[in-house]
Amino acid sequence: MKYPLISSRLAARLTILPFVVIALTIFVGCVLWSVQLSFTSSKLLPNSDFVGLDQYIRLFNTTRWIVSLKNMVVFGVLFTSGSLVLGFLLAVFIDQKVRAESFFRTVFLYPHALSFVVTGLAWQWFLNPALGLQEMVRVAGWESFTFDWLVNRDFAIYTVVFAAIWQASGLVMALMLAGLRGVDPEIWKATKIDGVPTWRVYLHVIVPILGPVIFTSVILLSLSVVKGYDIVVAMTGGGPGIATEVPAKFVLDHLLQRANIGLAMAGATVMLLTVIAALAPWLYLKHVKKGANG
Amino acid sequence: MKFKRYLSGSVAALCLAATCFGTAASAEGKKAEVIHWWTSASEAAAIKVFADRFKDAGGEWVDNGIAGDAAKRTFTNRLLGGNPPQVGQFNVTREFEEIVDAGLLNNLNAEAEAGNWAEVLPGIINNVIKRDGNYYAVPVNIHGSNWLWYNKAAFEKAGAKPPTDWDSFFAAVDKLKADGIVPIAVGGESWQERLTFNAVLLSVAGRDFYLKLFNNRDAELIKSEKMGEVIDVYTRLRDLVRETDKGSPGRSWNETTSMVITGKAAMQIMGDWAKGEFISAGQKAGVDYGCIPAVIPQSPYMISGDVFVFPKTGDDADREAQSLMVNVMLDKETQIAFNNVKGSIPVRSDVDPSKLDPCGAQAIKLTSSDATHVGSTGMYITPDLAGAIQDIYTEYWNASDMTKEDMVARLVETFETVN
Repeated sequence: MKYPLISSRLAARLTILPFVVIALTIFVGCVLWSVQLSFTSSKLLPNSDFVGLDQYIRLFNTTRWIVSLKNMVVFGVLFTSGSLVLGFLLAVFIDQKVRAESFFRTVFLYPHALSFVVTGLAWQWFLNPALGLQEMVRVAGWESFTFDWLVNRDFAIYTVVFAAIWQASGLVMALMLAGLRGVDPEIWKATKIDGVPTWRVYLHVIVPILGPVIFTSVILLSLSVVKGYDIVVAMTGGGPGIATEVPAKFVLDHLLQRANIGLAMAGATVMLLTVIAALAPWLYLKHVKKGANG
Repeated sequence: MKFKRYLSGSVAALCLAATCFGTAASAEGKKAEVIHWWTSASEAAAIKVFADRFKDAGGEWVDNGIAGDAAKRTFTNRLLGGNPPQVGQFNVTREFEEIVDAGLLNNLNAEAEAGNWAEVLPGIINNVIKRDGNYYAVPVNIHGSNWLWYNKAAFEKAGAKPPTDWDSFFAAVDKLKADGIVPIAVGGESWQERLTFNAVLLSVAGRDFYLKLFNNRDAELIKSEKMGEVIDVYTRLRDLVRETDKGSPGRSWNETTSMVITGKAAMQIMGDWAKGEFISAGQKAGVDYGCIPAVIPQSPYMISGDVFVFPKTGDDADREAQSLMVNVMLDKETQIAFNNVKGSIPVRSDVDPSKLDPCGAQAIKLTSSDATHVGSTGMYITPDLAGAIQDIYTEYWNASDMTKEDMVARLVETFETVN
C-alpha cells in the first residue's frame, strides 16, 4: 500500500512541475523585474539606470495618484460591501421558494455576463444628463428633475460604484444561493420548533455557516477592485477632470501613452504592496496560526 | 530578461518558419507589412490610397491595421522581439526617438536627398523626423489641432459675427446665449481640455512665448503676466461651458461636433479631423459651416501629423520595398489624393492648393511659412511631461477649489521635476 502511494504522489508532482516552473519564472520573475524597473529611469524602453526612490517620490507628489488611491479605497469599501449585501439579499429572496425561480436567477445573474466595459458604457448612457435618465424624466414632464452625478466631480465615483455593484451582485447571489442550498434542512426545522424569527436565523445561524462562501466572494470582489480599470475607462474616462481616476489606470496610462515605464512600475509596486497588506492578516491566520496550533 | 529574449526569439523563429514558404511562393514581389491605426471608415479609405498606389508601383501591401494605441504597442513589441514589420506608424512627436537611438530603424538619408525633403517639408516636421542629422521617418500629412468650427445658420440667426479676437469672441457668445443656443461646446475629456488650453495659449501669448515655453522649457514664463491672461481666458471659457453646456463632461469630440452640425451648439474648438464629420453629414465648408484656422485669426497654427518608420529587418529585399514605399507616400499626386480623404493637408508645401477644400487652402498657406505655425507640444516635450501638464489643465477645468495661483504653482513644479 505504501509504495503505490509514493509513486502516485511522485507522478503528480512531476506532472505539476512544469507549471510550477512556468509560474515561478513568469509570475514571480516578471513581478521582480517590474519592481526592479521601478527603481530605474526607464522611459519607453526598459533600462537599468538606477535612480533610487525618485519615481516613488514623484508618485506620491502627484495629485492624480493620491486621488487614485483614495478612489480605490472608496470604491473598494462601497463596492465590496454593497455587492455582498445586495447579493445576499437576492439569494435569500430566491431561496424563499419563489415561483419562476430560474427566471429571477437568470435575470439577476445576467449583468455578470456583460463585461465591465459594456456595463460602463450602458450606465454612462443611462446616467448622462443630456441623454439618459434625467432627460427622460424631464421630457416626461418633471422639468426641474436633476440627476447629474455622473458629471459632478464630487459624486461621479459613486455612479461607478452603482454600476459595478449592479454587475457583480449577481455573481455573489449565485455563490450565496449555492451556500444557502447547502444548509442542512434540519437546522431550519430546529429553529422553527424553537420559534426563532426568520431574520435572526439568517443573521446568527446562516451567515456564519456561509462564512467560506462570503470569504470567496470578498476575494473575488476585491480582485476586481484592485484591477479596476475597464469600468472607469468606459464610464467616465477618469473624469470629470481626475475625479474618478484609479491606480490601474494611472499605471496603464504611464506605460502605454506617456512612455514612463519607471513611474508606471512604481505605481504597480505600490498596488502589489496594497494587495499583500490586505492579504497578510488572512495569510497569517490561515497558515502561521494553524501551524502553531497543529 | 534572458528568458524573455529567448522566448521572443523562438516566437520570431516560428513566425519566420511559417511565413518563409509564403514569401518564396510570391517570389520577387516587394512585400511590405504595414502596422497602422487607421481603421475607422474614413481613415481606412485614406490608407487604401497608399495601398493601391503601392501595388500599382509593383509592391505587395500586407495590411495590418490595429485600432488605437494597440498599434504602437504591437509595433514596438515586435520590433524589440526581433520580428519587425517593414513599416510602422507613429505620430509626429518625439515618441520614436528612443527606438532610433537603439539602432532599430533604417535611416532614410538617400531617399531624403533624392526627394529634396529639406526644401519641401515644413521646418519643424523636418526637425522631428531627423535625429543627429539623419532621417528616420516619413511624414505623410499635416493635421491642425486648433480650429474654430462654427454653424453659419446659428450665427446668422443670433446676429453674431465670427470672432476676430477674444473680445469679439465673447461678444458673439453673449448674442448666441441670448438666442438660446449653446455658444461653444467642449467635449469634457482631458485631451480635449488640453487642446482648448493650447488654442487659448497660442492665440493669447503667441508663437515666441509658446516656443520658449515648450522648446526651451523656460518655466519662468509660467509665472508671467501673459500666462495669467491665458489662464483668465481659459477660466472664462470654463465657466461659460459649465453654465451653458451641461452635457460636456466625458463627451467625445465627434458627439460634440455633431452638436454644431445639428445646430444645438454654435461653435467648437477642435482639430481638422472634425471636418470629416461635417463632410459625412453632407455639409459644405463656407456654406453650412465656417472654419477659422488657429481659432483667432492671425494666431499661430498648431500642426501635428503622422509618420511612418522603417525598421531594420536585415533583408535587402525588404529595404527595397521600404524605399519604394517612401517614394509612393511622398508622391505629389498620392499626397493630394490621400489627404483629401483623410481631412488633413499634404505634408509637401509644393502641391496645387486649388485641389484642396476652402479650409485646407487656408491651412496650407499657414504651413508654408515657418512664422505662421508651431508644432504640437509633443514635438518639443516628452509624452511624460505632456501627460503631466494635461492632468493639471483638466483638474483646473473641472475643479471648484483650485485657484489660478495653484495652477501656476503646479505647472512650474511639473516643468521643473518631470523630464
